[in-house]
Amino acid sequence: MIEEAIHPKDIYLRSDRFPHIWCPGCGLGIVLKSYVDAISKLDIPLDHHVLVSGIGCTARLPGYANVDSYHTTHGRAIPFATGLKIVNPELQVTVISGDGDLFNIGGNHIIHAARRNMDILVVCVNNFNYGMTGGQHGATTPEGARTSTTPYGNIEHSFNLPYIMASLGASYVARWTSLHVRQLTKSIMKAMKMKGFSFIEVISPCPPNFGKYNKFNDGLSQMEFFYENSVLDNNADLSEAYIDFSGKRPLIVGEFVQRIRPSYIELERDLIKRAMEEP
Amino acid sequence: MINLDFESEKVYNTGRAPINIHAFKVPLGKVHIIKERCKECGYCWTYCPKEVLEKSDYVNKNGYHPPRIKKGKESACVACGMCEAICPDFAIFVEEIKNE
Repeated sequence: MIEEAIHPKDIYLRSDRFPHIWCPGCGLGIVLKSYVDAISKLDIPLDHHVLVSGIGCTARLPGYANVDSYHTTHGRAIPFATGLKIVNPELQVTVISGDGDLFNIGGNHIIHAARRNMDILVVCVNNFNYGMTGGQHGATTPEGARTSTTPYGNIEHSFNLPYIMASLGASYVARWTSLHVRQLTKSIMKAMKMKGFSFIEVISPCPPNFGKYNKFNDGLSQMEFFYENSVLDNNADLSEAYIDFSGKRPLIVGEFVQRIRPSYIELERDLIKRAMEEP
Repeated sequence: MINLDFESEKVYNTGRAPINIHAFKVPLGKVHIIKERCKECGYCWTYCPKEVLEKSDYVNKNGYHPPRIKKGKESACVACGMCEAICPDFAIFVEEIKNE
């Protein structure tokens, strides 16, 4: 019954690079799967997709997808994506990067892209620490969580990513864990069809770094935590949607914001039209 | 969580089952495993709703144990595609067998 075969999604992948570099139990492969699934179901031609990333574990992801991809400097994935979208608005630009890249190093860029309502989709894979460099704490590390640089627990308040993005006027804001595979695929498909800035946070296990310090021995135990604690609430009060690994607070997931706001590309097109009509 | 076992007679006796439930056929799936890509994360055999998969004794070139189909469960797969969706390594996929 079991035999070697070619995976049906291999045509969307650079399959000669497989198996990929990510650790066993890492959620990044699931994000890649969801992205590939979404682009295979949409009718946008493959050469209109561009995948942009910064630096980090997550930023290796565009190297595995068989679409045009851009591996940029640390934290600056959004400016590159913004430039691409302005020059060629026909492209479907997707940024897939980590929390360290998008919110710690490149925090300013994502804030201003959301403020402008730039027509890009940003998928932020949140593993609560700097995974590639050895699990140091960052701006998304939950309060009380242990990392290699906070061995007695993190005392800082953490970023609440959907709340920040919703407050800045993003058109679409969602949060899923890497266990919500089908919801994540549908969410990516919906966000690609929407105009304006779309933001999806994906909470992912990081077994050798964040997991090891927080009593999650492998990816499976962290997935079990997501399974037991995640609560679907599309109308949640986002100011309460902090992530807490003590188990006291539910892990709120869902599609929090869907609104129609004039996007940057539309406004720019209108401006050019008006300027050309004036004598 | 509500567990409904549609194969048991209890479901039919509650009176809540659709009247044409016998007209529906349970789909049959065939699982393909690409052994050399597997990294033994355990997601497929944990999240398979029909518990078709288990860890095998085979060791691939990276030293991991890929899954295999449990003995006696060869025709238990219903092609839901959960293992394919949850596998981070693109190492497993399901093909639905359609015989008219």
